[in-house]
Amino acid sequence: MATRNFKIWRGDASGGEFVEYTTEITAGMVVLDAIHQIQAEHAGDLAIRWNCKAGKCGSCSMEINGQPKLSCMTRMNSLPEEGTITVQPIKTFPIIRDLVTDVSWNYEQNKRIAPFQPRERDADGEHRMLQEDVDRVQEFRKCIECFLCQDVCHVLRDHHRQDAFVGPRFMIRAASLDMHPLDTVDRIPAIKEEFGSGFCNITRCCTDVCPEHIGITDNGIIPMKERVVDRYYDPVSWLKRKIFGVKERGKDRPQVK
Amino acid sequence: MADISEIKTIEHDVIIIGAGGAGLRAAIECSAHGLNTAIVCKSLLGKAHTVMAEGGMAAAMGNVDSRDNWAVHFRDTMRGSKFLGTWRMAELHAKQAPERVRELEDWGAVFDRTKQGLINQRNFGGHRFPRLAHVGDRTGLELIRTLQDHGIHQGFEVYMECKALKILKEGDHAAGVLCLWKETGRFMLLKAKAIIMATGGGGKAWRVTSNSWEYTGDGLAMAYEAGARLMDIEFTQFHPTGMVWPPSVRGTLVTEGVRGEGGVLRNSEGKRFMYNYIPERFAEETADTEEEAARWLEGDDDARRPPELLTRDVVARAIYNEVREGRGSTNGGAYLDIANQRPADYIKRKLPSMYHQFKELAEVDITKEAMQVGPTLHYFMGGIRVDADSQMTKVPGLFACGECAAGLHGANRLGGNSLSDLIVFGKLAGDGAAAYCKGLANAPGLDSDEVMGAMRAATAPLNREEGPNPYVLHDQLQDIMGEHVGIHRTEDGLTAGLEKLKAWRAEVAKTKAHGASQYNAGWNEALDLESMAVISEAVAMAAKERKESRGAHSRADHEGEDYEFWGKRNLIISKGDDGQMALEHYERPDPPEHLAKVAHATVEELDAMTASGEVQV
Repeated sequence: MATRNFKIWRGDASGGEFVEYTTEITAGMVVLDAIHQIQAEHAGDLAIRWNCKAGKCGSCSMEINGQPKLSCMTRMNSLPEEGTITVQPIKTFPIIRDLVTDVSWNYEQNKRIAPFQPRERDADGEHRMLQEDVDRVQEFRKCIECFLCQDVCHVLRDHHRQDAFVGPRFMIRAASLDMHPLDTVDRIPAIKEEFGSGFCNITRCCTDVCPEHIGITDNGIIPMKERVVDRYYDPVSWLKRKIFGVKERGKDRPQVK
Repeated sequence: MADISEIKTIEHDVIIIGAGGAGLRAAIECSAHGLNTAIVCKSLLGKAHTVMAEGGMAAAMGNVDSRDNWAVHFRDTMRGSKFLGTWRMAELHAKQAPERVRELEDWGAVFDRTKQGLINQRNFGGHRFPRLAHVGDRTGLELIRTLQDHGIHQGFEVYMECKALKILKEGDHAAGVLCLWKETGRFMLLKAKAIIMATGGGGKAWRVTSNSWEYTGDGLAMAYEAGARLMDIEFTQFHPTGMVWPPSVRGTLVTEGVRGEGGVLRNSEGKRFMYNYIPERFAEETADTEEEAARWLEGDDDARRPPELLTRDVVARAIYNEVREGRGSTNGGAYLDIANQRPADYIKRKLPSMYHQFKELAEVDITKEAMQVGPTLHYFMGGIRVDADSQMTKVPGLFACGECAAGLHGANRLGGNSLSDLIVFGKLAGDGAAAYCKGLANAPGLDSDEVMGAMRAATAPLNREEGPNPYVLHDQLQDIMGEHVGIHRTEDGLTAGLEKLKAWRAEVAKTKAHGASQYNAGWNEALDLESMAVISEAVAMAAKERKESRGAHSRADHEGEDYEFWGKRNLIISKGDDGQMALEHYERPDPPEHLAKVAHATVEELDAMTASGEVQV
């Protein structure tokens, strides 16, 4: 058992400050356990968002010693042994209260993405896809919507271009649809024009903080940028479209028989 | 306090409480019927407890073993329920699950595939054939995200971080819901013709549980207060494999998929103890040597299933017993070993969440060493009693589906039958509510006295000068339920537990939440205690009444199933005219003959019935 000191940000949209708390740490505890203990012992009304406490729901995102993390997956023994632990809300989104922020902007971005539209089923009523053709899509679908990637994205965090860029979370959501073997929607124009794929400058900060270890930048955003380039800036395909009026999507559709 | 006319009031055709798999599926159906629909949920959209489901959803599609069909699934479900499930619900579930799963694929779900490119299916406890459509070990996330991403384009409203407090009625009929916005601490009134409960269970009354904070039994308590009946509430499932170390994650789920993929259970002596716990009913279908179990794992159709894949109640009790008799692991559980059964890359591919969960929370590499696991409160088989076809409760206009509804699982639920339950009965509840709304000309009105009374009760913990800390009260409840209403139940223990609950409830009535009303965690905790008080008393009361051991309910002082008496009745709890909790026995009618024949058939008999066309599959 050891006593640890915490500095937790308390306040609301009108302002706030760090408040110091002390609590006992026992074996195996994560930061969320410590905050719950502080809540029960000293600060009953401390606002915090959490659900599963197992890294599966993505509710308890916060910045711990300046690092964007899921508090339920951050073990106390992974933090420096000495010194006060600083806990504050994720910075990119407006404060509601204490550690809770208003993430509704993310839900609005999701609505802008055209829904999945599958091709017809095979004659026997089945959809057929090979595992290797869905591996990449499944990687993106591991996303638990913790919005830590949105929190660290420079375009959103520092340049506040929420008007122009949907952020890494929704770039890989768009990518998961674009790479879905059954989907029939041409998503490249929206990815370029509406979702702002050009704004990402590939610093990979989003990939670094992803608790699901999704290759957001390399496997999702870069391929989408490449497809935009192929479509709009590659002279050969441009000419082909002009002459042949090719409209179909560029993606290969593996057919399994 | 504000007059009722000053409270924000919104009118819909249907209100759904809960945004997990059942609630979202119900909302999609209501919207498809052209109803003005809204969901109220305690958390953000996409965070509901469904997200934690791991192993898969059971549907007899026959993609991996073509011998599978609805009749086999139905038989497995009834036997798993220890013949206490509702026959009609088990039939509907087995017949409709495959279409509901395929529909998810049309909405964007990406299940793991077979070599032929079809939806892959995995083995699970109590299921005779590989039956669980899955995505690694994160099937719940796939389900909820698919319904969410499809749902947001269907036109229904979602009120997030909004807690439903009370079902309001006009006369006997459901008429609306009083809600509390977490963010602002303000009340909201929702008027509706029909209300669908999809609120899940109440595991948070126990300390060792796989359930998330939302699982405080709100829907069960609200329905009970509104006059609906609770059924089979004594059957609380202890999942055999929860983490046992470190203490802060004790109870966190370890998917049955580990055993489905070949993981074995051993005690401190290194013995595969499950061979000592094979119930007679399942002996015919279970391997009795390690050699046969190994052949089964290699895909030998003639080999029988390993005993680690017996139903959850059996495995949970076996682990409990091994620990009690001194053969437990170093941290008081059993060893679950897949490291010696499968190669490391296979484990990481099929069980990625488990790999990370143990690595990050327990510093254990499951590809190299055994996990330590023990029983954890996981699921409420019981819940709100509904009509099997319409999903309507005793209260006209009030419906229920998913975990908060009773019927499908009887005394024990099979793994994988929960996610399929959500989508099958979520849809049917939507259909039921739509049919009901059609028959109503106008939305019922609200009773302002009832609303004012409910608001006064809700704000009482904030307005009191002083009182017990709600967090401490929650802790005390978990002590009581763990000690008296756990996996090992006795008459004396339950009597003492009920006494303690009574005294505890008097303290809940005095609890004090400090601070302002805006996003106040302590106030929310205080309100959740009210729901947990209702369900805890109901579980203890029914557990004391059922003097036998069946499925998840095991009475140390009444071992074994008593078919003649208890096998023919469900226990029902409702609020009596005197305001006290009342318990009655419901005598089960004889099942339809054709269904009884399927459920009671041996494997060979069922195959013959299918082959001859007597059972249409």
